[in-house]
Amino acid sequence: MQIPKNIIQKVWQQHVVHQEAGKPDLLFIDLHLVHEVTSPQAFEGLRMNGRKVRRPDLTYATMDHNVSTRDRNVIKDPISKKQIDTLKENCQEFGVELSDRQHPDNGIVHVIGPELGLTQPGKTIVCGDSHTSTHGAFGALAFGIGTSEVEHVLATQTLWQAPPKTMNVKVNGNLGTGVTAKDLILAIIGKFGVQFGTGYVMEYTGEAIRSLSMEERMTVCNMSIEAGARAGLISPDETTFEYLKERRHVPKGEAFLEAVAKWRALATDEGAQYDAVVEIEASEVEPQVTWGTNPGMCIPITASVPNPDHEEKANKKDEISRALQYMGLEAGQPISNVEIDHVFIGSCTNSRLSDLRKAADVIRGHKVNPKVKAIVVPGSFSVKMAAEKEGIDQIFKEAGFEWREAGCSMCLAMNDDIVPPGGRCASTSNRNFEGRQGNGSRTHLVSPEMAAAAAVAGRFVDVRQFTAQGVL
Amino acid sequence: MEPLRIHTGVVCPLNRNNVDTDQIIPKQFLKRIERSGFGQFLFYHWRFDDDGNLREDFSMNHRKYQGASILVAGENFGCGSSREHAPWAIQDFGFKVVIAQSYADIFKNNCVKNGILTIQASEEQVQSIMRKAENEEYTLTVNLEDQVVTDNQGLEFTFDIAPYPKEMLLNGWDEIGVTLNYEDKIAAYELAHK
Repeated sequence: MQIPKNIIQKVWQQHVVHQEAGKPDLLFIDLHLVHEVTSPQAFEGLRMNGRKVRRPDLTYATMDHNVSTRDRNVIKDPISKKQIDTLKENCQEFGVELSDRQHPDNGIVHVIGPELGLTQPGKTIVCGDSHTSTHGAFGALAFGIGTSEVEHVLATQTLWQAPPKTMNVKVNGNLGTGVTAKDLILAIIGKFGVQFGTGYVMEYTGEAIRSLSMEERMTVCNMSIEAGARAGLISPDETTFEYLKERRHVPKGEAFLEAVAKWRALATDEGAQYDAVVEIEASEVEPQVTWGTNPGMCIPITASVPNPDHEEKANKKDEISRALQYMGLEAGQPISNVEIDHVFIGSCTNSRLSDLRKAADVIRGHKVNPKVKAIVVPGSFSVKMAAEKEGIDQIFKEAGFEWREAGCSMCLAMNDDIVPPGGRCASTSNRNFEGRQGNGSRTHLVSPEMAAAAAVAGRFVDVRQFTAQGVL
Repeated sequence: MEPLRIHTGVVCPLNRNNVDTDQIIPKQFLKRIERSGFGQFLFYHWRFDDDGNLREDFSMNHRKYQGASILVAGENFGCGSSREHAPWAIQDFGFKVVIAQSYADIFKNNCVKNGILTIQASEEQVQSIMRKAENEEYTLTVNLEDQVVTDNQGLEFTFDIAPYPKEMLLNGWDEIGVTLNYEDKIAAYELAHK
């Protein structure tokens, strides 16, 4: 009998080009996604060395970080414009397919990959972007790389990679009403810390994961990097195949059935071993809000901000104090007392159609609090179109949200969507680092539903009560 | 890439955990299309106030750390974004070696590609180096060949590094050049997986 394997080991073994003692494995890359921020120096490296892109057919580029969400045709900042133009020139010169900012396929790289069916189970997928872990939701081994590695993949379609340790992140039971995939991943990071995944590739398993939709699975896998894991994935199942069926780059007809049979065989075998296992009870997870300056600094909406005096270790105490000071919060303050002035619904974590639908359900019939500036930024042009077809844009607009064009936007404020110094934002993005949404900005990570409720209330509220009573 | 074998330099302490790459190089500086010139933006919002003046209370700005080439930090250094602009900034500023309790994977990888050695040390070792560097102008010698760190006060500890990154750093190799020697293997793989 064969030794049972987990999906990470299976996908890895299928991609080893070369193996020798004392070296990492040389791994073949099936899909290389490229964006404007982390690629210019890589293309320049190719040019300087007279090298070509080895497999333009396995390379796909988009522009997302610098694009304006007010007008797709205008980029005011000349340096942003130059970066955008450089990508276009590089794609032309090296023969790489590009969804330009006016192209109907354009959007955030981690939203359009799955949408177009480029993302498929069992593929190795890389991008010069740490949230590449998103694509793991399909059972792909997908991870972020630096620009030198981008150049390496462009030139060779391979990467030298030491086999990762594997971890089973087991989520038992089911999430309660009003508790989302975002709350689950935040709770996991809150419980085990921002570096428990370092050196590992994680597989999410368990009943709660099986019942998530593809878009919810993407939210979970997206934030694997915030736990330190370069990649996090989920074994493919019927939910995966159903999502992929009829997508543009997915095989059709007979070929689809053959692909499904192959994909099914990738799922982790019964009894497979991992280097580590952690477990969490889904039913105990409550809606989460981050209070500090990394995603592990999060608490349930029903809880209070921690007190550094309750910490024994000096550097831990210091970390909490510094975070509270930056965030302008008092130790022991209930998080539901915290007032906000900005709401951002968007980012590669939470900008897909179902995210917007759920936020719209909360907002329907309500008004955004007058002191709050709230924006919705769909993840892609196609998400935007689909949402408009359903009238979701109207619900947001009537409530007082700004309805914008697609892009990375206020997640990292590389374009002109910026939270001002001292501004406080309820954000559906993935990082609450100092200055992430603008110099001096204060970010609280939440689910789309919690962000919508906060927009109405002007402070954090428990969305479970909000929707149950329809009042604040 | 410049080879790195033995390096002696002044230590600059950064006594913080979870230093993310957004702090190392804030996003507004990621728009450049060049690989050079990022050092001036290193730890920008920690080094400078809103008016662009040096913050006196930030350790790195102290005179005794001018010209430092070894950066020492706590846990999970370089977490967050995959931006290689972070190691570019660290290197351009003048650092050749980082010593920390632990690193984020992508950051660590990016450092090797740029000839920066990342040494993982215990909390005790890091804190002891940190204390000395805070109190005096403190110099360390890092010998990559023998994988040992020493000072002139009797400190000596060894560190682990995998054979491959060690070889890359010692020789300052261009990795793509190395990989292209495996062209036949890559082509064979492609043929078998058409």
